Amino acid sequence: MLHIINKSPLTNSSLDSCLRVAQSGDILLIEDAVYAATFGNAFEGKIREAMGRFKIYVLQPDLEARGFADRIIAGVLPVDYGGFVDLTTTNKNCQSWL
Amino acid sequence: MSNIEVDGKSYETDEEGYLVNLADWNKDIANYIAKTESVDMTDQHWEVINFLREYFEEYQIAPAVRVLTKAIGKKLGADKGNSEYLYGLFPYGPGKQACKIAGLPKPTGCV
Amino acid sequence: MSEGNNIKKFMFVNRKAPYGTIYALEALEVVLITAAFDQNVSLVFLDDGVYQLKKAQQTKGIETKNFSPAYRALEGYDVEKLYVEKESLEARGLTEADLLVDVIVLGCKELGELMDQQDVVLSF
Repeated sequence: MLHIINKSPLTNSSLDSCLRVAQSGDILLIEDAVYAATFGNAFEGKIREAMGRFKIYVLQPDLEARGFADRIIAGVLPVDYGGFVDLTTTNKNCQSWL
Repeated sequence: MSNIEVDGKSYETDEEGYLVNLADWNKDIANYIAKTESVDMTDQHWEVINFLREYFEEYQIAPAVRVLTKAIGKKLGADKGNSEYLYGLFPYGPGKQACKIAGLPKPTGCV
Repeated sequence: MSEGNNIKKFMFVNRKAPYGTIYALEALEVVLITAAFDQNVSLVFLDDGVYQLKKAQQTKGIETKNFSPAYRALEGYDVEKLYVEKESLEARGLTEADLLVDVIVLGCKELGELMDQQDVVLSF
């Protein structure tokens, strides 16, 4: 299953809830959730921990827009819009955590 | 939306005559818009237009008249950094009218 | 128009990241417009609001206007007091060197005291 998150991990609980409830699968971080794909912040430990259970992707254009293209956590996979579409088709279902 | 025709090419403008695509701008378009505004472009006019283009390039906004006046004074001298001088060049406002000729959006907060 | 005793202390509190919502841009536009009224204006960047000031924003890929250069124009609008909360910066692994304007970094307690002194606080 593909989980899509679009809220900042530091001001909204959607990524926390996703990591608590979901057991495995793919997570795609888009819009304000891309901060979760970067190192040096208070959420980094939780992402590193989750990388054992999930494949974590980040939407590169959203990361660039926010000035964080050079701070991606090693192992988090950047995708473009085409990659976003691919993820929605290779997974049998998906959930947007609004 | 409407269009202006310059040198056989068509460019999109909004209902007030501001260029929609800032990248379209060139000196011929500036001269064309100036003519429709009844402004005879001189070196003094171009100095202000070029200043506005540089300001926008750096900050991505069109400056408020007060800010423009102050900044022009700093860069081009106090004799040019005052409303009498700038309104003399652009009677309908150095913000509104000069920005239109410079191909910039209307300054924020300008009605 | 504005005699000394008419000047009020206005504080704009920015707590949202840019682009994901419209708050950051709206706040900036309100600040630019109200700068014409010659009030005592300060801006505070708190929580995800500190992300608004991050250097190196490149919005071509999301086809959205990059409004971050406008923060550097604030000085020309006589808006010179930009405060950033220390705790918010640290939680995001950022330092002053990551920000595109000069700011005053304050701890949460000092920031709270500054808020108390305001006549008007507008939150975005």
